[in-house]
Amino acid sequence: MVGGGQLSSVASGQEIPLRLELRGITKRFGDLVANDHIDITVEPGEVHALLGENGAGKSTLMNQLYGLLQPDEGEILVDGEAKVFRSPRDAIAAGIGMVHQHFMLVPVFTVAENIALGAEDVRGGPLGILDRRRNRRDVLETSQKYGLPVDPDALVENLPVGAQQRVEIVKALTRDVDLLILDEPTAVLTPQETDELLAVMRSLAETGKSIVFITHKLREVKAIADRITVIRRGRTVATASPDTSEDELAALMVGRDVSLEVSKGPAEPGRDVLKISGLIVDDDRGVRAVDGVDLTVRAGEVLGVAGVQGNGQTELVEAIIGLRGIRAGSMELDNESLAGMGTKKILHSGVGYIPEDRSHDGVVKEFSVAENLVLDMYDRPPFGNAFRLNAKAVADNAGERVGQFDIRTTSAEHAVSTLSGGNQQKVVVAREMSRPLRLMIASQPTRGVDVGSIEFIHNQIIHERDSGTAVLVVSSELDEVVGLADRIAVMYRGRILATVSPDMPREEIGLLMAGITSAPQEDAE
Amino acid sequence: MSTEVAEKPAPPKPKQDSFLALFLKNLWSANTVTVTVLSIFLALVIGAVLIVISDSDVLSKFSYFTARPSDALNASWDLISSAYADLFKGAILDPASIQAWADGTGTWQAALNPISETLTYATPLVFTGLSVAIAFRGGLFNIGGQGQAVIGCVLGAVAGFAFSLPAGIHLIVALLFGLIGGALWGFLPGLLKARAGAHEVITTIMLNYVATLFLGWLILQKGVQDPNRSDAISKAVKSTAVLPALPSPLRVHLGIVLAVLVTAGVAWLINRSSFGFELRAVGVNPPAAKTAGMSVARTYTLLMVVAGGLAGLGGAVQVLGTADKLTAQVAGNIGFDGLLVALLGRNKPWGTLLAAILYGALRAGGNLMQVDVGISLELVTVLQALIVIFIAAPALVKAIFQLRAARAARLGASLAKGW
Repeated sequence: MVGGGQLSSVASGQEIPLRLELRGITKRFGDLVANDHIDITVEPGEVHALLGENGAGKSTLMNQLYGLLQPDEGEILVDGEAKVFRSPRDAIAAGIGMVHQHFMLVPVFTVAENIALGAEDVRGGPLGILDRRRNRRDVLETSQKYGLPVDPDALVENLPVGAQQRVEIVKALTRDVDLLILDEPTAVLTPQETDELLAVMRSLAETGKSIVFITHKLREVKAIADRITVIRRGRTVATASPDTSEDELAALMVGRDVSLEVSKGPAEPGRDVLKISGLIVDDDRGVRAVDGVDLTVRAGEVLGVAGVQGNGQTELVEAIIGLRGIRAGSMELDNESLAGMGTKKILHSGVGYIPEDRSHDGVVKEFSVAENLVLDMYDRPPFGNAFRLNAKAVADNAGERVGQFDIRTTSAEHAVSTLSGGNQQKVVVAREMSRPLRLMIASQPTRGVDVGSIEFIHNQIIHERDSGTAVLVVSSELDEVVGLADRIAVMYRGRILATVSPDMPREEIGLLMAGITSAPQEDAE
Repeated sequence: MSTEVAEKPAPPKPKQDSFLALFLKNLWSANTVTVTVLSIFLALVIGAVLIVISDSDVLSKFSYFTARPSDALNASWDLISSAYADLFKGAILDPASIQAWADGTGTWQAALNPISETLTYATPLVFTGLSVAIAFRGGLFNIGGQGQAVIGCVLGAVAGFAFSLPAGIHLIVALLFGLIGGALWGFLPGLLKARAGAHEVITTIMLNYVATLFLGWLILQKGVQDPNRSDAISKAVKSTAVLPALPSPLRVHLGIVLAVLVTAGVAWLINRSSFGFELRAVGVNPPAAKTAGMSVARTYTLLMVVAGGLAGLGGAVQVLGTADKLTAQVAGNIGFDGLLVALLGRNKPWGTLLAAILYGALRAGGNLMQVDVGISLELVTVLQALIVIFIAAPALVKAIFQLRAARAARLGASLAKGW
């Protein structure tokens, strides 16, 4: 792999279409059958969507295709020839590349360095010096050839997420792959970046590359895929065409009919519960993250904050809940200042909080379901006091919430880590919504949650609204914000660019999310 | 908690295994109990090899091994078996002295002496082990048990010889002094961690030096040093402050009862109290604890106070129960041994108690082994170290014995974290 053999073949430029066939792939982890005799054929030049919920077995399947796991049964055929991939190196050699959901880039390296990493051009034998010039030239060539603009000299850490993803794709393409696996590539992108990516996928397919597109987003699947394979619980349940309706695809994914629309009546807004004005907050590095935000959330309404991740939403929410100090401005809950109050007091004064990073902030994975259900109320009656816990009250509460919030677990005494992502999130939702609230803050409430649980959590949020709670929903999924919110505040670079009605066309909201304000602004009032 | 899953019978299934079958099945899986027992076994096997190698008589018989292997093997076996028999006799019971007691030729004290020695050595280790274990459950690596125990020794002893109080009350006051001294010695690194972010490993190690050197200075000062002695030794603790013991020559004292009570208290604190809930949450996921409104800084500080207090109490028990005066070595190695005891006990209170007793037993048995067969007491230290090494590397034990992976048995997790 040392030397430029892999890279130089790009220059020769001959595309050899690749036909991939997976036959009866089975992978077991102990008693769990992650993949159960899966058959998939990817034709040359095809965009093949692999659709399934979290935990359906998509990633396991692709990790076997990419040589990270070995199948227990079944065969991988490339152009009709059975192959065994012991490592990603074998897969790349056979013409298969992968762009992971979490980018595998070194932030302090330049784009060219990152692309060369693992297949460096070296002059003068194995211990020779790096051929940076040739490496840079190869990057530019690939970039131009496929219409993927990247600056070879830029440091990766300074690039926006969409550009980093392009670097990953270029990196795969310089390895001269004919089949590209994209694992949840749109999760981190703005609507515009998503559109660009879809266009790139289309043009790559036209040059004869095959693309396997892993996702759970139905809209994108319908927009780009030539064929769709739906996987549920490790089995192929259907191979569908893009004409299939979103509701049908969702039903195939989940195994029952689900409603993708959030059903809700009109809001009946009451008093101003949360009033924020001129709020300025810094992030961990001391860089201004929230730069003069004014917001009002009224009782009985959902205010949605839309925006691409990293535009200050996280810091805004952390400031409200007392986890982050503020530099200036005011935050009032029913005219009582929240600044400097302390998280415990804020939570106890009727604020519910669903943090965006569930496993980091929302649950203690080693704790039981029952313990997690009282994580922020353990020292209050009836669950306990300053000295002791009331084990019976904790257990009784768990029994009640597990039923009420449909938390799928065999016992409330099991560690939360044994639950699926959706059920873990239901634990958080159950905890935060089972006490009288004035304000509910839900940050990315359905991230990493299966479709069935999304529906349930959305209904709970609307239920909370209808009981008169002021609700603040922050999400980078525009569909979610549009579905839940009665008003949408679009956040960009620490500011609220506009507050709009959810009826505003998606494209215009998308432009606002990208910081383009030329679109006509309207207020939902 | 999760590590105990393996011992429990599985929930009812369509095809019911008998309890015995499940028990046997789980016995050979990699649960903590099995791994601990096998680690001890492996340590004894390696110890046996070391015993043979270190004995020149036996070793010389191996030089003609091919000619007469039985010589070498018999000699090795005799040596190993007598050494390990002594370990057992010195730590648990000696059949000969039991027989003598039954015949009326021996005393009951002699029959109970091995157990008494084991518990005497174990007592301070229970406290220092609990100190490390509770800190670890809260995500802190308290290397400062030694320093905290030394300060506990100092304050306990000073209160023991400087005050004049009625019996009983004097003892309680002296124990409290030790507790408070240790708590203060834990509070400092706790506060530094909470306020300044100083890593507790560094600060507690440094405070160990401070405590040890302070002790060395103090025992030479007027009013502390024994006026009848010129060497570094303090006055003796007054009899009103001494922990009551069984009649001489038995050394076991009330401290072991206190140790059991404190173990129960720590178990309650970790599992049933609000503070325990906080420290467990902070221990495994500080951001989630903070998000749920807990104060991570307060928890760290309070936890180090509790941990220090436990180690300090261990020091006080050592000086009021066994040593009765301060010397430079009064605390021995109890603080550092506490680290190993906590590790062996998987940072669980009752596990720590059992581990401390095992350590005490090895130490007590080692004494007899040294006197009787002439095997250095250092061998015991080697055995203790080997046990810990095998427990710290459960994958090795699993590989050697081909254990099945136990569901939810998270071995090694206790070592993987903390730094």
